[in-house]
Amino acid sequence: MKKIPYIDVYRDQTLLKDISSRIHAISKKEVQFMEVCGGHTMAIHQFGIRQMLPPTIKLLSGPGCPVCVTSRIYIDKAIRIGQMKDVIITTYGDLIRVPGSSSSLERERGNGMDVRMVYSAMDAVVIARENPTRQVVFLGIGFETTAPASAITIIEAKKSGLVNFSLLSAHKVMPPVMQQLIHEGIRINGYIAPGHVSAITGTRMYQPIVENFHIPVVVSGFEAADILHSILLLVRQVESGTPRVEVQYKRVVKSEGNTIAQERMRQVFSPADEPWRGFGVIPESGLRIRKAFSTFDADLRFPLKMKESPEPKGCICGNILKGLQAPADCRLFAKKCTPDDPVGACMVSSEGACAAAYKYAT
Amino acid sequence: MIRTDKILLKHGSGGKSMATLVHEIFMRYFDNSILSEKTDAARIDVPNQKLVFTTDAFVVDPIFFPGGDIGKLAVCGTVNDLAVTGAKPLFLSASFIIEEGFPVTDLIRVVKSMAKASAEAGVKIVAGDTKVVHKGKCDKIFISTSGIGTIGLKQIPIATGKRMKPGDHIIVTGYVGDHGTAVMAAREGFNMQIRVRSDCAPLNHMIQRLLKAGIDITFMRDATRGGVATVLNEAVEGKSLGISVNEQKVPCRSAVRGFCELLGFDPLYIANEGKAVIIVRPGDALKALHVLRKDQYGRLAADIGTITRNNPGRVILQTQTGSQRYLDMLSGDQLPRIC
Repeated sequence: MKKIPYIDVYRDQTLLKDISSRIHAISKKEVQFMEVCGGHTMAIHQFGIRQMLPPTIKLLSGPGCPVCVTSRIYIDKAIRIGQMKDVIITTYGDLIRVPGSSSSLERERGNGMDVRMVYSAMDAVVIARENPTRQVVFLGIGFETTAPASAITIIEAKKSGLVNFSLLSAHKVMPPVMQQLIHEGIRINGYIAPGHVSAITGTRMYQPIVENFHIPVVVSGFEAADILHSILLLVRQVESGTPRVEVQYKRVVKSEGNTIAQERMRQVFSPADEPWRGFGVIPESGLRIRKAFSTFDADLRFPLKMKESPEPKGCICGNILKGLQAPADCRLFAKKCTPDDPVGACMVSSEGACAAAYKYAT
Repeated sequence: MIRTDKILLKHGSGGKSMATLVHEIFMRYFDNSILSEKTDAARIDVPNQKLVFTTDAFVVDPIFFPGGDIGKLAVCGTVNDLAVTGAKPLFLSASFIIEEGFPVTDLIRVVKSMAKASAEAGVKIVAGDTKVVHKGKCDKIFISTSGIGTIGLKQIPIATGKRMKPGDHIIVTGYVGDHGTAVMAAREGFNMQIRVRSDCAPLNHMIQRLLKAGIDITFMRDATRGGVATVLNEAVEGKSLGISVNEQKVPCRSAVRGFCELLGFDPLYIANEGKAVIIVRPGDALKALHVLRKDQYGRLAADIGTITRNNPGRVILQTQTGSQRYLDMLSGDQLPRIC
């Protein structure tokens, strides 16, 4: 493999062994750390981070894979809208495979629905400009990482008077679900928080978790050394009994975050109660489009009455997203539910806990 | 004379226009004595050997990409499928399904490219067919090629991998992931400036040299769709052998690695069109590398791992970070991650 600058140094075996031995040296208490983000879940498997940890440390995968926590109603709604005349559905790639209650966008595309994968939210705006006689709906999913880009598309659409573009928002924010997990009594002794979220939001939003629950939060990068280093920082905090918000990913994250992106998000979205797969509705955990931009709200443009349907029988995605159970605990795992033919959302997304366990399990 | 600049339905209807098209484009560039007999089926002479026979269809988007095009792909793909069985590819057939309105200049470009690739591989295109379909019924042009090659009566079968033993070495013939990366980056909507060209190439001469050098090959396959990871899984699937691969020894360009890092892909799953995975006896590994590296398509051949008794049916990756994990077969398509 040819070297890539800024990446290979963080995968260096000597460096990793050094961090690992420091963790081994100071870790005494039995702890459970949760990596909230799906990107971390995948990286932990990919780099074999668990193999570098002492038996005192258990890693739990959390609810931070945007595809996994997207409710089935949302997929059902996207499909219903896509089935309407002269509609183009635009979406990030991962979402097309997620099963709703009876179908997926991928399957509907096979039936002739116009579903287009985009690499950037702005591509959806371009498609809308190129197809003035059709309604272009962008499926806005993701956390504070993708929400600013969605906000900018709406600002741009409004500025240019685009009338055939709208956003179906399932955007979510991170902190409420992290508190919800603690409320539900799940034993979490430390959070590995997603670095790219904090690159946008900054770090202050985690302060209540530390103050109210005395749980350390370390904002982590995504390379092997980043994650291992974050675990070391968490262990230090736990062993010394001094929980706080700490930034490991200093080369990217500033404590105030990206204030321009925050401003765009605030301009377009307001906090709203939001359904999460496996959790139900979590107060103020979602982002709704504000009245000033309501013409771009697909929920309003295509008012549909949707009915909640029960989760598939035997699927324990809900408990997996909460860190209560592991993929291997599921009866369907690697049998009825595989990445080729997924039953639950955790198997669909490349960042889902089940997909990660299936792909990399040793 | 073809008087239009676009392919029309009449060019596939069997009449005069089709005859003109066949004559002025296909016969002209694929020119050989068998084709020029213009019979319904090609009559070919083959030595008294075993025949190998294969077929493949090509539907790439975009049809022209850095390092190649659908025509070159259609020739090399079939040539390589023949070559990795140990055969000498001899003859190809080519069927074209063309969308109404396809530019004649593009067709000529594709056909010329096929002629060039065939000449390099030393194969003749001796049979063909053309259909033109209504606009929207196919995407520009689809090509299907079939190929015939010959293999010595005494040549031990290598494609099945039945003779593999623990300790055999695994060689990949160069940089992985170039083709898939070049094609994806060239796709509309990507807007990514990346200097990677498809590795599309006929590998038959290089492979023949390997066989002539007396290398004991126990398994060989070209690593196209699904990439090197998929071929490795196929090699040991259902067998009592496993594979251990060292991630750091896999040759991969930094541009391809960077592209994959950005999108959440793994280069080991990215398609190649000019790379083979070759498994050889341990004592032959160095010699095989020596022979391969002398060829223009094998200059960066590398020994990436071994056949093991452990983990039967599975491929284990020794990762860059010093850990181990399964390298499974690809499930579905690799889709770009969301964030």
